[in-house]
Amino acid sequence: MTKSSPPSLDYRLTVNGRPHEVQDSWIGESLLYVLRERLGLPGSKGACEQGECGSCTVVVDGRAVCSCLVLAASAVDSEITTIEGLGADQALSDVQQAFIDAGGVQCGFCTPGFVVAVHHLLSNHHDPSDNEIREALSGNICRCTGYGRILEAVREVVVRRRSS
Amino acid sequence: MSVLVPRSLSEALDLLRSDPSATLLAGGTDLMVEINLHDRRPRSVVSLSRIDELKTFHVGDDVVTIGAAVPYADMEHGPLAEALPALAQAARTVGSPQIRAAGTLGGNLGTCSPAGDGLPVLAALDAVVDVVGPDGDRHIPFNDFMVGVKRNSLAGGEIIRSVSIPRSDCWQGYAKVGSRNAMVIATASLCLSRSSSSVTVALGAVGPTIIRAIDAESWLADACDLSLKVPSDVASEFADRVAASARPIDDHRSTAAYRRHAVRVLARRLLERSES
Repeated sequence: MTKSSPPSLDYRLTVNGRPHEVQDSWIGESLLYVLRERLGLPGSKGACEQGECGSCTVVVDGRAVCSCLVLAASAVDSEITTIEGLGADQALSDVQQAFIDAGGVQCGFCTPGFVVAVHHLLSNHHDPSDNEIREALSGNICRCTGYGRILEAVREVVVRRRSS
Repeated sequence: MSVLVPRSLSEALDLLRSDPSATLLAGGTDLMVEINLHDRRPRSVVSLSRIDELKTFHVGDDVVTIGAAVPYADMEHGPLAEALPALAQAARTVGSPQIRAAGTLGGNLGTCSPAGDGLPVLAALDAVVDVVGPDGDRHIPFNDFMVGVKRNSLAGGEIIRSVSIPRSDCWQGYAKVGSRNAMVIATASLCLSRSSSSVTVALGAVGPTIIRAIDAESWLADACDLSLKVPSDVASEFADRVAASARPIDDHRSTAAYRRHAVRVLARRLLERSES
């Protein structure tokens, strides 16, 4: 979707704690596009491009948002966390592991967005109710699982974190 | 071609003065969809997302002032929700948590879609839109601010600073009909406010602007004692009169007839809720 009409933009984004230089960018590029196509961070998925599916969810300045709706060049002073920034040293995060254990992953396309949304939920609510989990994930769409096993995975993370 | 991120309102006004054709960016939930899907090609953008003054709110004794860049997420709970329960109800129906984390009242006002979820609340509660511009401040009643489908009365170079909503002891409520519960644009929405002597009603997504049902409002105040329970036949006629004030169209989301029906149901439902 790049429509580079010179002069183009150069700017710096801070993603997962690291600075990244973006060069020769078109003015209207979304954060999702820049992450995937310019910064080599393809974990965030692009589907609807209009904020309806949640598969591109990232955390910007402490809020979970759709990266397709963030104008990348306006995020120059923001702290951005993507799916690649979760977990430590190439290891799975506890949320990712619980998704696998519960069978919450089928085709996998929506999974990164869900995992980011779940991490964000659990960083604010240590023991969410079922309704709070459903509400927190209402902006993420999954066409495979029927959601039951995803909800199960979230509850499992809560239990494991409590006992660890 | 530039994307500028000013840190103060005066800096933003200066940028607009030097580049009057710049596109203003609030939460991005409208503008980015136009860019991503509808081929909009902005030449330059001024982002309003890092101006602290626009991101604060104040709950005063008489007036609640909400900065234009306060996201809907911050209206769902806490002091704003306590002061303005109808606004909190409306905020909870906006998109999804991700959209509510980004979308703002200022953006709703800048876009001025008849389906903007926050707008019926502003209309019913007699909100004032606080605007700054090259010629100074203006305070525009919401019902004069919105002038058509996606058209408002902002002049060139002006920026929405905040919305001021008078506080009152009135009961207030909001309800919305859409094809599903989350992630949905309103088919019809309605905000109702009720005191012991008057009622105000505003309708969303059923006309070119948000519509105040002023005939129904004054009829109800004359037809019964609003400090008491409204008799069922009076409530029914009130709902019919509110529905009659709608100016809905047939489109891909709904028929006009269904929208009018939905308005009737919502008016009756909120009037009943105001008594429970």
